[in-house]
Amino acid sequence: MLTDPATAASGASAATAAPPPSGRGLRSRLGAGRAPWGRPVVRLAALASAVLALVATYLFTDVPGSLAFALEIRSLSVAAMLVVATSVGVSTVVFHTITQNRILTPAIMGFDAFYLLISTAIVFVAGSATFLAADALTLWLVQVVVMVAFSVTLFTWLFGGKRRSIHLMLLVGIVLGTFFRAFTEWMQRMLDPLDFQVLSDAMFASLTRPDELLLALTAGLVVLGCAGVVPLLRTLDVLTLGEPAAVGLGVDHRRVVMVLFGVVSVMVAASTALVGPILFFGLIVANLAYSYAGSFRHVWTLPTAVLIGMVCLLGGQLVLDRVFDFGGTLSTIIEFAGGLFFLYLVLRKGAR
Amino acid sequence: MIALENATKRYGRQTVVDDVSLELGGEGVTALIGPNGAGKSTLFGLVGRLVTPDAGRIVVDGMDVATTPSHRLATVLAVLRQDNHVAARLTVHDLVEFGRFPHSRGRLTVHDREHIERAISYLELEAYRHRFLDELSGGQRQRAFIAMVLAQDTKYVLLDEPLNNLDLRHMTEIMRLVRQLADELGKRVVTVLHDINFAATYADRIVAMRDGAVVADAPAREVMRPEVLAAVYDTAVDVREIDGRPVALYYG
Repeated sequence: MLTDPATAASGASAATAAPPPSGRGLRSRLGAGRAPWGRPVVRLAALASAVLALVATYLFTDVPGSLAFALEIRSLSVAAMLVVATSVGVSTVVFHTITQNRILTPAIMGFDAFYLLISTAIVFVAGSATFLAADALTLWLVQVVVMVAFSVTLFTWLFGGKRRSIHLMLLVGIVLGTFFRAFTEWMQRMLDPLDFQVLSDAMFASLTRPDELLLALTAGLVVLGCAGVVPLLRTLDVLTLGEPAAVGLGVDHRRVVMVLFGVVSVMVAASTALVGPILFFGLIVANLAYSYAGSFRHVWTLPTAVLIGMVCLLGGQLVLDRVFDFGGTLSTIIEFAGGLFFLYLVLRKGAR
Repeated sequence: MIALENATKRYGRQTVVDDVSLELGGEGVTALIGPNGAGKSTLFGLVGRLVTPDAGRIVVDGMDVATTPSHRLATVLAVLRQDNHVAARLTVHDLVEFGRFPHSRGRLTVHDREHIERAISYLELEAYRHRFLDELSGGQRQRAFIAMVLAQDTKYVLLDEPLNNLDLRHMTEIMRLVRQLADELGKRVVTVLHDINFAATYADRIVAMRDGAVVADAPAREVMRPEVLAAVYDTAVDVREIDGRPVALYYG
């Protein structure tokens, strides 16, 4: 028997309209913001409390001598962590949105590789004595200026011109990054073992005992970068739809991407010059933020990424100090723990 | 009106849109047809300021696309592209809200919310409002994107292959909707279509392109002739009259 197509169609749509009883339906309803835990503001507040608790633990426990002295030193470290977490969190999330790709970090543009190249080149050419004796401010300034100049050149060359291709820019970035790394490695092989020892200290991020002046300068640049991002928060949301849709909705894609990319370069360059290669945990932080934030909006994902970055850095530093007694590097701990957690998240959600 | 004046676009040595002068956006539905590589999507890209012309200019209601601020054009002209892959997890409501961005710059007013509600109910998406886009079927997702375009509240609506990857029922549903947009809401719709029978049934005017040039531009019925279609597609097309409507047979 033939059924009337109209009835069949309305029947079908009524059936799909009813919320399915499966876990999928439950999750989407949570995401829609009915249950309190589904609301981004609640989630962010919970995360902020966790960070505060970690800060307190870091500052006030396991004090060997004078509390005042420990606080002075440790609060500087916490400040450095905040600066680094902000620059890594914000730059990675913004980079993901610009490139429409969530498995990249700005490291792909060769920031870390370039930083190592500059450090190695200084030691290689002038010797470790010069490297150690060099004025910290000069060194920082040189690093920042060269890194920003490099990325802006790459960007204007491959995005500012007629080509306007983000993917081409990324590809060239990868190739140059590989070249820098190979060149750095070659120079390192030629180094005196003593020089190499000095250099290898600069090869891993270190957040303890930052230079106060440089920390203040870096913080200034990071704040400036955030000030550049805040007016564009809603535009960033539109950019998640992709370039064609964003342009259709009246976003001046070229100008916005230029501004955002400039912000990313400055923030990343400043914090890398301060503490060493730091972008390693951007990928984990950003992706954890996407699944934790409960909203795709940058008003929520950006602060969430920053706070998760704080959790990683503080937690990693605590484990490094208290469990391994400074025997290791922060990046190893964060990448191991964060990587495992990230894998868990990905596998739990299935092939979404 | 959307006027292309001697618009030319080249990719390398290949000319994709070749010195096209054309007026689009009259009342009703205009269908843009033609074989793959005829330059239809590039033409849309030119109008939707995704592609910069190598020569000529595009003017929308007196505004030169090259010099008018993008957000002003976005209040007059909405473009829906064919591949709408979104990396982030958005709900239908989030998506439709984006349609108001050219007007509100993201700060929604009561007026904006009315537009959003109207668009959602017009496309009968109330039940799916809080569903994520990746949880919807192809047809539902396409309706959600059309709701976004509708919330944008523009005079002109450009749809690039809105029937892509849809089944029979959803294709018909979307085309009826396109017709409604023109008849009930007074939208001036321009749509790229591959199925010429849909174009003949639902469009008032058909513009046919081939090799970057316009080869036919006439009321739908006049384009639906074997010799015209054969010239456009370079393949034999039989056109029969069924129930007073021309139907193209091109299945071999």
